Amino acid sequence: MRRRPLFWFFVYLALSLLAVFYLVPIYVLVVNALKDYREVSVEAMWRLPEHLSLASFAKAWFGDPGTGMTGLGQNFMNSVKLVVPAVFLSVLLGSINGYVLAQWRFRGSETLFFLLLFGMFIPYQSILIPLVKVLMALHLYGTIPGLVLTHVVYGIPITTLIFRNYYAQIPRELVDAAQIDGAAVMGVYRYVILPLSAPGTVVAVIWQFTQIWNDFLFGVVITNKPDVQPITVALNNLAGSFIVEWNVQMAGALLAALPTLLVYVLMGRYFIRGLLAGSVKG
Amino acid sequence: MRRYRRVAFLLLAPSLVLVALFVYGFILWTGWLSLTNQNDLFVPHVRFVGLANYLRLFHHPRFLIDLKNTLTFSLIFIPGSLVLGLVGALLLNTGVRGEGFFRTVFLMPMALSFIVTGVAWRWLMNPSSGLNLLFSALGLGFLKSGWYTDPAVGIKAVALAAVWQLSGYTMALYLAGLRAIPPVFYEAAEVDGASPWQAFRYITLPLLTPVTLSAVIVLGHISLKIFDLVIAIAGISGGPAFSSDVPALFMFVTTFQANRFAQGAAISIVLLVLVSFLVIPYLYWSLRREVAE
Repeated sequence: MRRRPLFWFFVYLALSLLAVFYLVPIYVLVVNALKDYREVSVEAMWRLPEHLSLASFAKAWFGDPGTGMTGLGQNFMNSVKLVVPAVFLSVLLGSINGYVLAQWRFRGSETLFFLLLFGMFIPYQSILIPLVKVLMALHLYGTIPGLVLTHVVYGIPITTLIFRNYYAQIPRELVDAAQIDGAAVMGVYRYVILPLSAPGTVVAVIWQFTQIWNDFLFGVVITNKPDVQPITVALNNLAGSFIVEWNVQMAGALLAALPTLLVYVLMGRYFIRGLLAGSVKG
Repeated sequence: MRRYRRVAFLLLAPSLVLVALFVYGFILWTGWLSLTNQNDLFVPHVRFVGLANYLRLFHHPRFLIDLKNTLTFSLIFIPGSLVLGLVGALLLNTGVRGEGFFRTVFLMPMALSFIVTGVAWRWLMNPSSGLNLLFSALGLGFLKSGWYTDPAVGIKAVALAAVWQLSGYTMALYLAGLRAIPPVFYEAAEVDGASPWQAFRYITLPLLTPVTLSAVIVLGHISLKIFDLVIAIAGISGGPAFSSDVPALFMFVTTFQANRFAQGAAISIVLLVLVSFLVIPYLYWSLRREVAE
């Protein structure tokens, strides 16, 4: 259809207004995080910094021994230590489950899949109390391995879903041919499925990375001591304290957002695929 | 072949066991807990008390406020995200240049945590700063508000931040839905002399109905579970007069601060039941549809 210039004018106008709406909070975070503490004031929130200063980032990361404020650096590293094994394990389990559910359907496998998927939608409040008790009994309460276990278990539904939908596109003939060549269940996985898994794995890794990095509920319930808390929990404590200047809070928020934001900007296409997979029908 | 299927099932076993225990086992455990008197750190005689915790809940003023807040939140958050998502998707789907840039910007909040969003919006909605300053400067003083500090606004302010963060989700869904509509439909409509509005009304909207349904279910269950964002904006107290409080926050405080475990379990079971009403038919419907294809 041919469009008139006026049509395009209004399209761009509307798109730009939307872009402003989505960028305003980011603008506020960046502009104020870059200000020197002398420049920060409630009235000057929208103004650009006169002098660029990274002091608030340094303070947010290292803390301030003078006021007893602990920095987010340690918590950032906690989140790294949490995310790496949790993503690896939940993606591995999801890949195996997805393979079985896509290529080796058996009687009742659809029902099992349904029961698995439901685990993705439950309000986690309904499992928190037993979870804390079990983690305490296993001496994992208040530890990063305890958080890893939790994220692996509750990540199984979504990673299974992503891989099942992905592997369902692999033609059955490939699997049959490998079997004729003598490959069994694990052989098919190793020689047919795994080499084709890269795109699905990227989607699952990015999705799990974002979810686990951004999680707050499990972190706040399972880790009670500041030195093991993930960054979201520490950021929330920082933001709730009245002694911390708000330019430092904003710098802290940007530090907490940086890893997922970076992944999103570089690999947005895969992120959106994970997003769409979450609505079940991929 | 049978042997193969047995191996395949064994591969699934570890995950099945974990989910059976950590999801279903724990839900049953919580369910049992909610029927007992364990409302303290140490209860010498654990007793079955029937529905006492639930009955107390439905007479609890804070819980009734929470339910009302959840409804208010949904009524802003769901339509807000649907409309913004649809408008954004339609604009992106016109074939404009720079589509990739705009899409990246619109969906970016989805990559952030609720806590980061909360920090930004708490300052944007600070009564003496942020949006209020902007409104004054633009001569829109009538839009000024106490936001989350005003009991009459409360949860509505949180809902606004939630629309900002999650409308990108509906936008992505609608965009995928729009791309799946065969162009011939529009070509045929044009041949028949349909106006662009008629094409939208009689082709686009009806074909997007399944997408809208999915989005409503997913957004609806997010509304029931909303927690992080409330804490990050209004704080753990749920704002003045519980004006931003929600069931998930009430459960958290009841269980982990007041040590009223049975009462907290009852709140979480109510939440689970509400979510199940929404999600089970939807899951059943989408898996059915998949089998039928």
